Amino acid sequence: MTERVINWFKYASPQTFYPLAGRLIPWFWALAALFGAAGLTIGFLLAPTDAQQGEGYRIIFLHVPASWLSMFIYLVMAFWAGIGLAFNIRLSGMMASALAPTGALFAFLSLWTGALWGKPMWGTWWVWDARLTSELILLFLYIGFIALQAAIDDPRRADKAGAILALVGVVNIPIIYFSVKWWNTLHQGASVSLTKAPSMAAMMLWGMLLCALGCWMYSIAIALMRVRTIMLERERHTDWVRSLLDDKG
Amino acid sequence: MKPRHKRIALIVGGLVVLGIAAMLVLNAFQSNLVFFFSPTQVAAGQAPVGKSFRIGGMVKEGSLARQADGVTMHFVVTDTDKEMTVAYQGILPDLFREGKGVVAQGKLGDGGLFTASEVLAKHDENYMPPEAAKAVGDAHQRAAANKAAAEAASKTIKQ
Repeated sequence: MTERVINWFKYASPQTFYPLAGRLIPWFWALAALFGAAGLTIGFLLAPTDAQQGEGYRIIFLHVPASWLSMFIYLVMAFWAGIGLAFNIRLSGMMASALAPTGALFAFLSLWTGALWGKPMWGTWWVWDARLTSELILLFLYIGFIALQAAIDDPRRADKAGAILALVGVVNIPIIYFSVKWWNTLHQGASVSLTKAPSMAAMMLWGMLLCALGCWMYSIAIALMRVRTIMLERERHTDWVRSLLDDKG
Repeated sequence: MKPRHKRIALIVGGLVVLGIAAMLVLNAFQSNLVFFFSPTQVAAGQAPVGKSFRIGGMVKEGSLARQADGVTMHFVVTDTDKEMTVAYQGILPDLFREGKGVVAQGKLGDGGLFTASEVLAKHDENYMPPEAAKAVGDAHQRAAANKAAAEAASKTIKQ
């Protein structure tokens, strides 16, 4: 039993995680393509027209997955940053840095698709209601995290400073999620939640969930690719990177 | 205490303090974070006086009317308890419907007429095909008809 536990911890070192990540990446790309294709097929071809919004609602198949992922990736990023801060594990800090750009991308997509959706349906690109404003703050947190890490040359100090920012920013996630419940907002409430049955037609729901899964798998694949380059960059003076490059060169 | 445990304690303690601070701040800002006021809140005098603010609620069925000047629209916003009449000149959003949600920004006039400078449609979180929406609507109508019939029947029995 103890051997198994040690086996898992083995992958906390960049040297052993690098080849593992390399083997996993193609699988996550394949899953992302599979779920994405299935989700978009259902979303654009099979899901029925909405009674209120007509065909325009179909942007939901990108908007909701992007919003979910922007919040979820932040939590994962803060988790790795916190682990790195508490246990001084190099790989955790690298994981946090690798996730930030993808999280920022999804936060931006969420705001962008939301604006494109808001104009025809609500009558405005943007309003300063609690949901939209807190999601914008999330985008700024991601950008702040990336900028802060880029501004500090020593990677270990950069990790520490970034980790504190990431952990402080976690406060914003429940605010985004519950903003539509706590305050009067223009944004409507959640259609899908853990506490009640989803208020969507089944086919629409399946399309949205599959698209979200596709985005999730994409995020894992791209984060693993990014963490591999960060590993090479930060550990370039170590023996394992040298021997790896010698093998290839 | 190992340094690692100290760090963990610091992080957890910091997060708890931060969470409490955030809760207190949000509590203090409660009223400012409200995007719109309901007609009941306006009637209770909670809305700012003499300043522009937003009201939100349902557009009352059958209340949308074009005024004699040809460009001003009047409609009634209700939260099923209190009502307010809104005047608006401009293009209403596509999703603006009687019986659906609306948010209007503007000022409250002396006669209780709310003059809006911007009208936004607020849709709900339900997504369904038109056939399903029609079925739900029909079911509501049947339920209402049944209720009315039952009330009428109980009245006749009492008489």
